[in-house]
Amino acid sequence: MFDLTIVWAFIIAFGIFAYVVMDGFDLGIGILFPSFAVGDERDQAMNSIAPVWDGNETWLVLGGGGLFAAFPLAYAIILPASYPLIVAMLLGLVFRGVAFEFRWRDPGHRPFWDMAFFGGSLVAALAQGMILGAILQGIAVADRAYAGSWFDWLTPYTLLTGIGVVAGYALLGASWLVWKTEGSGQEHAYRLAWRALLATLALLVAVSLYTPLLDAQYWRRWFAMPGVLFAAQVPLLTAIVSGFLFLALRKRRQAAPFFLSLCIFLLGMAGLGVSMWPYVVPDTVTIWDAAAPHRSQAFMLVGVALTMPLILAYTGWAYWVFRGKVGNEGYH
Amino acid sequence: MFEAADAVILARVQFAFTVSFHFIFPAFSIGLASYLAVLEGLWLRTGRQVYLDLFRYWLKIFAVTFAMGVVSGIVMSYQFGTNWAVFSDKAGPVIGPLMAYEVLTAFFLEAGFLGVMLFGMERVGRKLHFFATLMVAAGTAVSAFWILSANSWMQTPTGYEIGPNGQFLPGESWIAIIFNPSFPYRLVHTVLAAYLTTAFAVGAVGAWHLMKDRANDHARTMFSMAMWMAALVAPIQIFAGDQHGLNTLEHQPAKVMAMEGHYRSHPDGAPFIVAGIPDSTAQRIDYAIEIPKASSLILKHDPDAPLAGLDTIPEDERPPVGPVFWAFRVMPGIGFAMAGLGLRSLVGRGRGRPSDWPVMQRAAREMGPAAFVGVVAGWMVTEIGLQPYTVNGLLRTADSASPLDAPAVGASLIAFVIVYFAVFGTGTWYLLRLMGAAPRVHELGVRRTEKGPVRSGGITPGPARRVGGPVSAGEEE
Repeated sequence: MFDLTIVWAFIIAFGIFAYVVMDGFDLGIGILFPSFAVGDERDQAMNSIAPVWDGNETWLVLGGGGLFAAFPLAYAIILPASYPLIVAMLLGLVFRGVAFEFRWRDPGHRPFWDMAFFGGSLVAALAQGMILGAILQGIAVADRAYAGSWFDWLTPYTLLTGIGVVAGYALLGASWLVWKTEGSGQEHAYRLAWRALLATLALLVAVSLYTPLLDAQYWRRWFAMPGVLFAAQVPLLTAIVSGFLFLALRKRRQAAPFFLSLCIFLLGMAGLGVSMWPYVVPDTVTIWDAAAPHRSQAFMLVGVALTMPLILAYTGWAYWVFRGKVGNEGYH
Repeated sequence: MFEAADAVILARVQFAFTVSFHFIFPAFSIGLASYLAVLEGLWLRTGRQVYLDLFRYWLKIFAVTFAMGVVSGIVMSYQFGTNWAVFSDKAGPVIGPLMAYEVLTAFFLEAGFLGVMLFGMERVGRKLHFFATLMVAAGTAVSAFWILSANSWMQTPTGYEIGPNGQFLPGESWIAIIFNPSFPYRLVHTVLAAYLTTAFAVGAVGAWHLMKDRANDHARTMFSMAMWMAALVAPIQIFAGDQHGLNTLEHQPAKVMAMEGHYRSHPDGAPFIVAGIPDSTAQRIDYAIEIPKASSLILKHDPDAPLAGLDTIPEDERPPVGPVFWAFRVMPGIGFAMAGLGLRSLVGRGRGRPSDWPVMQRAAREMGPAAFVGVVAGWMVTEIGLQPYTVNGLLRTADSASPLDAPAVGASLIAFVIVYFAVFGTGTWYLLRLMGAAPRVHELGVRRTEKGPVRSGGITPGPARRVGGPVSAGEEE
């Protein structure tokens, strides 16, 4: 029979990946926002994500809600452990979420809401990256609860992962704009994508080298035979994809840079799998320790099986409706 | 500064604060989504411009409300883990799947079709756009179904087993969990409250514009529609509220005792206390104005029926009386005022047109904000009345909190308070400004353009709009 816990681990991983790539590009646009010229360039950038950002953010609720439902113990440990980061992320998302509407409602304060859009996106991305780092570096657990202190989440390593995610989101955002805009806005997006790619790769390498030094466990996972034969494919493929991405940017491809950027994130996710599987809190709590009982998992699996194809279908349809270049007149 | 304060108290204040803010937006958007679907449906059927104009007018308001509901809702979905980790660990296997279903069947539906609803009419055509509007409306209703099921389970838990590590585990049947005893009543009562809140918000806006300009057809249409809702739904709501109260008496008697202010038992007929000042130390209501035997009549349908008071409940299991008592004076008070206004409008309709009733318009204008107060008061009755438990009778609030130090919770509370007041205060100001603009012929849709040709952006097929034609006046940009 299927092990539902494994099935659910993959569903949650899929949800997190869907969130990271979808909200990643619109957070990335927020991070890059101050570099866009006031007026058409900013409006185009905003217009390109206005119809879809809300759906993108729903994946974050699925990630949180799904973790709560399928792995309640992990939810109950990770959230208190990264408490200030979660709060910062939520408040960041508040600012950037309302900015979508507020900047149109109040032209007099539009510069303020544009900054709120930028600041909120930056804080949310940084916090998400640091939460990832805080999980990877390990969480003190005692008696089914977080047992660490206030600032366990603040280390050089978590700062590095935080900045890494910011750079990665900027890459997604810039390559999305390459796809969705034209003219001078697109030229600008190409330049941004180029820089964001360099930054992302540099930080990816730094994190990849730092992680095995954190804990002997990571070292074994990445460098011991025979696992290394599988694990080594991840950096190898990342290098190949990055090469293609550089080429695509140089040849002024329209859609390819975005999808290649997605591939880099997918490989990052695979690398994360190599480092963590089958733990949700490294070295302490496995997916089986944290799992909800079989009945909860089975009940939700029915829901996922019935709704996920529909969700993907109408989400795809919504993107399809707003396909093509944005232009500078909103959607017409 | 928070050393002296209790982390659990701060966590409770934080939850109460964030959920009160959050609750206002969905209460409005549930009703507004349905209202928009009705308007668009009427427009498609009758082809009358006024319905399309009203649709566009309220769509702009809906967009702002919805954005605030989404961002304040994301906070809620993480609040369980940050501040209530023990509750999450223990109740996660039961509550978690209900919330996961809410995300899967409601949030994605709303969010997926919202973009098309707001910006897509030109791209997908009228029929498909109407379908998107219906899906958004359905999403808001389905969302209410699941979240109220989860909330009701905490009030009246059924269908669970207790696991070896103290977790609540689902029993044989999910039906027993989802349709727990208080759920059907709470669902009906809350959804009707959302519809009434919206009706009175729409009515207040209509009334306000009618008072400024009696000839405004758009304002008259929305005022009239709102008064129909009030006349039809408010009486049903009073009945639903009564049924919900009887259900609460059966399953959570302590909550009803607090609502009634019955510190003492009344062996031969309990009075209904219209007003008074609860004094929990002395265990009595000071300066009480009472209607003898009325409480027994309402709750037992017999003036002489005995009613137990809080003196039959162990002291550490009693909910706080003051806020529950007061909130329960406010909520039904507003409900009866709504019904009164609705019924009065029926009388008025026999005599003339809604635009000719200045007194009613003034009353309706005041009732708009009151409706929101009523919704929050209702929430206070049910949640404070659940204290001192998070899962009624089984898990205490004090045992549900995360292992956090008070300063951490206090600091985040301050951050939430500042940001919420600033951001949602501003948002409410924008909403009021949108509502303050008079609805007009050829109302513009949600547009998304800084400059360039001004168009009825997004929501069209627009009225008489030619490329290169004259710029329609009054674009808000």
